[in-house]
Amino acid sequence: MAEISRQTSQNRTGQSLGEIAMVPVRLAMGVIDAPLRWVQKKFGLGGMAVFFLLPNMLIFGIFVLLPFFINFAYSMTGGTALFLSDRTFVGADQYSRLFDCSNYANPNTCAEDTFWTAVGNTGWFVILQVTLMIAVSLITALILNRDLMARSFWRAVFFFPVLLSPVVVGLIWKWILQRQGLLNFGLFGFGFDPHVWLNDRNWAFAATVGVSIWAHMGFYTLIILAGLQAIPKDLYEAAEMDGTRAMRVFSRITLPLLMPNLLVVIVLVLIRAVQIFDEVYVLTGGGPGTSTLFVTQYIYETGFAAQLRNPGLAAAASILMGLVLVVLTLVQLGLSRSRDKKGARK
Amino acid sequence: MTRTRTMLAAFAVGLLTSTAALAGDVRIMWYSDGIEGEVLKDLIDRFMKDNPDIKVTIDNVSYSVVREQLPVQLEAGDGPDIARVTNLKALSKHWLDLRPLVADAAYWDKNFGDQADWMRPDGTDQISGFMTQITLTGGFANKTLFEQAGVALPGKDATWDDWAKAAKQVAESQQIPFPMALDRSGHRITAPDIAFGANYIGADGKPAPLDEGSKAFISKFIGWIEDGTMSKDVWVSAAGSTYRAGADDFINGQVAFYYSGSWQVPNFSTKIGSNFDWVATGSPCGPANCTGMPGGAGLVAIKYTKNPKDVAKVMDYLASEPVVKEFSERTLFLPAHKGVIEKGLDFKTDDAQAKTALGIFVTATTSLADLARKLPGWPWSDTIYGALVTRVSQAAAGEMTLDEAYSRIDADIAAKVKDSAL
Repeated sequence: MAEISRQTSQNRTGQSLGEIAMVPVRLAMGVIDAPLRWVQKKFGLGGMAVFFLLPNMLIFGIFVLLPFFINFAYSMTGGTALFLSDRTFVGADQYSRLFDCSNYANPNTCAEDTFWTAVGNTGWFVILQVTLMIAVSLITALILNRDLMARSFWRAVFFFPVLLSPVVVGLIWKWILQRQGLLNFGLFGFGFDPHVWLNDRNWAFAATVGVSIWAHMGFYTLIILAGLQAIPKDLYEAAEMDGTRAMRVFSRITLPLLMPNLLVVIVLVLIRAVQIFDEVYVLTGGGPGTSTLFVTQYIYETGFAAQLRNPGLAAAASILMGLVLVVLTLVQLGLSRSRDKKGARK
Repeated sequence: MTRTRTMLAAFAVGLLTSTAALAGDVRIMWYSDGIEGEVLKDLIDRFMKDNPDIKVTIDNVSYSVVREQLPVQLEAGDGPDIARVTNLKALSKHWLDLRPLVADAAYWDKNFGDQADWMRPDGTDQISGFMTQITLTGGFANKTLFEQAGVALPGKDATWDDWAKAAKQVAESQQIPFPMALDRSGHRITAPDIAFGANYIGADGKPAPLDEGSKAFISKFIGWIEDGTMSKDVWVSAAGSTYRAGADDFINGQVAFYYSGSWQVPNFSTKIGSNFDWVATGSPCGPANCTGMPGGAGLVAIKYTKNPKDVAKVMDYLASEPVVKEFSERTLFLPAHKGVIEKGLDFKTDDAQAKTALGIFVTATTSLADLARKLPGWPWSDTIYGALVTRVSQAAAGEMTLDEAYSRIDADIAAKVKDSAL
């Protein structure tokens, strides 16, 4: 009885201490409460939503929407001047120049041949890199989800390249792949002929795909791994009891339940692949020739690095690239919504 | 009331100091090919000791920052107070006119007048700065490799073909990857272009279409890349007009003959040391002449500076005869200062090869083609250089035929001329 009484007394002391600690919080809430009540009274519940969204919308407006409109304005001007006020309005001339092409499949027939070469390269890069990235990340996540020895160590190993700066990634692989690089040194040691990987169009392109997968797969593996761990274990146990084959378990349980995560990964990989620039710029500089020149590098070179810059043309190209990204994002939204609807119907 | 005023004044002072450069602050944007950054720091430290009211900060950056980021800063009306740049003419509208600010404008005209036009807007007598070094393109041969191969070094008036033939023999004998290398640079390829009879300047002063002289050398150059005489690595290692040097291949003994310029002398002296013997060869001859391309880096004052008087003081100091002499002797750079050249230099190096090489470059400055002398002060040089590098490297990579490359070079230049007129 005495024990119960002591416990009750301790609980009361704890409660009163908690109440004392809450006093400043309540005071602060009281101070905020008054103006918020006034806002709600004045503008209604809808107004409150606007009030809370305003800071975020302001940041989005200043750092995303405003630059977009400024960029669009630049794309309608010509000349080499940097300030918009010093530039000449040329209407859609920059877009016409980009689309001045008799055969889009053959960039040499286009006025801006390097732009279409970059578009073609980016297209191939996206197809190859996205497919391989998803496959490699999925396989790695499936392996890392098993009861491996030193599982945490292996997870860290695969995630480590994500922590590296793209410039470091580019330099590491350049030192490995260049004429007197580590790979050729190894090949020579084993009696093989060295090869200049980065001077060969196909090998250089393959290197950009491979290096970008190596550098980023850890991040996507982590997302897929989180999805795998969220799948209820009892489903696998039931399948095991039914004697279901491993491939069937994968296609009927793992893949469908992993789809929301995979969709996120696909969109992220797709957007990142379209924007590829930094590590490739360090690794190949867009060469040999223009075989690893991608759209972002074209925009950078045209707007900033060329001896006579053309900010208008660069802006027009970046608007077109932005549109492609918007379309890709809308496709992803559409896909995830249709999945949600199907899920709701079931 | 007094308290409010005081607070307002303090606020204004705080605001001003946080947004504007402090009086006496001078920032120099500087890039280095060799040890010149250290020499400059030493010279500036001495200047600050004698002028404690002026604080000079040296921002050491890479050459690509000067080429790619500085022009954007300048267009935005921003940037350092002084900068070391190579595209002097194209950006000349951003340079400060030091004529009314320097202690003795006649001294500047007398000693740096020959290159003053390279860095000022056309039709003005502006003093924008001075050349920290005069450079001249030219070749270098790995003498040890030639000796080991038993191949004689081609003589003084040897042609590009002579060098190609000899270097090829050396490469075959010594099992090196490439007989020759030439920097991925429009400026560098222009020297042999002119030697083959090229003329870049049209009758109206604007760029002329690519002529037979240019085509003759470019086609030879691409042929050499295709048959392995010329290093492919340097030219196909990037897209666009990005600069790439072949110096590392020469330093590592991978190339028998390397065409670059006088600025490599201190670099080779430091990095090659006693690993092998090397010599400067001057520029090989073409059918028209044996010219190299002059150029160099200039130190210019930026007109957006908040402290023009302090900037002029720093420039006066760096352009003074004893400072130019010391800078050139320690960095092994050829000076632009007439007085210093006339009195002679005692280059501070124990490397006899470097001293001999510098002598050869000094001699070569006397045999430049007229066009080579004109190009550094011509506003369209960079436009042509950019188009040449971009398209020649695409042809070298096998992406387009020579004829396609020629018509693309003309189209690129025409588009740039049209853009700049807007």
